[in-house]
Amino acid sequence: MSIESQLAGSSGPLPRGVSEGVALGTGLAEGYDFYESAIGPVIVTFNPLGVSSVDIPEGFEERHSGRPLIRAEAPRAWGMGIQEAIERGTPGKLPVDLRHVTPFQEKVLRTTATIPRGEVRPYGWVAYEVDSPRAVRAVGSAVARNPIPLIIPCHRVVRSDGHIGNYSLGGPRNKVDLLHHEGAMPEMLEKLASHRVRFRGDQATGVFHHPTCHVLRRGSKLVDFRSSDEAEQVGFQACEVCRPHG
Amino acid sequence: MGFLSLMDDLTHALAADLDGTFPTLVETMGRQLFWGLRRMSGNHQEAEDLTQETFIRAYRALGEYDAERIRSMDLSPWIWTIAMNLGRNHLRDRARRPTYVELSDTGADDPEPVDDAAWDRRLSALSREQRTAVVLRHVAGLGISEISKVTGRPEGTVKADIHRGLSRLKETMEREHEH
Repeated sequence: MSIESQLAGSSGPLPRGVSEGVALGTGLAEGYDFYESAIGPVIVTFNPLGVSSVDIPEGFEERHSGRPLIRAEAPRAWGMGIQEAIERGTPGKLPVDLRHVTPFQEKVLRTTATIPRGEVRPYGWVAYEVDSPRAVRAVGSAVARNPIPLIIPCHRVVRSDGHIGNYSLGGPRNKVDLLHHEGAMPEMLEKLASHRVRFRGDQATGVFHHPTCHVLRRGSKLVDFRSSDEAEQVGFQACEVCRPHG
Repeated sequence: MGFLSLMDDLTHALAADLDGTFPTLVETMGRQLFWGLRRMSGNHQEAEDLTQETFIRAYRALGEYDAERIRSMDLSPWIWTIAMNLGRNHLRDRARRPTYVELSDTGADDPEPVDDAAWDRRLSALSREQRTAVVLRHVAGLGISEISKVTGRPEGTVKADIHRGLSRLKETMEREHEH
């Protein structure tokens, strides 16, 4: 046999890992992997642009629509940050891929991501923050369709009537569990809401806050308010950190 | 259907639907790209990395081009040019920093033909230009004018590189038989 044909015949197949690496590196496929969370194991999907979804394993494949999935390690540049982002409940420096949401929904989700751990905000607050104070229902549905729960902490957005509100990641029980885990005391919130209390003022500072605001000091003498108007009428000022309004 | 008309159809399909067609391009060109790089570098892991990176760069570049530009492209030499440039940078980076290569590490669980080590040894006796030309011609299956485009060397020189490279290989293999 000639050297030419021996050389030509010396090739084997394309190693399987290469096509998968190309599919993941181009984003033509999405990678996925399992992570731990306060509500049990979750599946995180990712592509070169960032994390694209977080879901519970039950029924994941039926719910997933879009690009094919390949079990893989997340990109080295930021993959190590995923577990921490889940634990802290904020993206921080972790890139998130929000290409498939509307600009309005993206604004809502970016605002939601600023709510600190251990605190909650009503849907109306998010609406106000995104300059659409009347669009409370639209905010509700944007939050409900959050593709990246836990990392974008939509569990920290609650109804102002004291109901904890719905939760897409396995139901409202998980939302209560998460808030407990973060020390946000959902029962206290429901009790306050049943008395229609929405804000609390600190007698010593003359500043009023959302009940879970971390600036509100423990052991302060508190005054309850049903609206920001009510607080301002008696000379209280809105907290600049949690920005209570409405 | 011959490889050339297949590549022609593929070019048109890529121009019409990049995302839908790109996996077919990887299937069509992946094997020759990988094995060409494997024979050129003598390193399985390096060839895997370069093949992967080449396709990812190609995909990003094609995403920036309009359909007409893609249709007028000569895909195979274009992709090989990307691979050769990446390979050159890779070699330069490797020369700058020390690397630790496990001798038994073939990079993956993929089975390799048993004579891989023999080809690595035989080809390492060739100059870099000869090795590149021989591999592009007889492993990757490129034509002389394509190799000339990819390597930036005149066609006559490419032919001479291939000719000398093959004679060198022949000598080496004859010596193997004597032993």
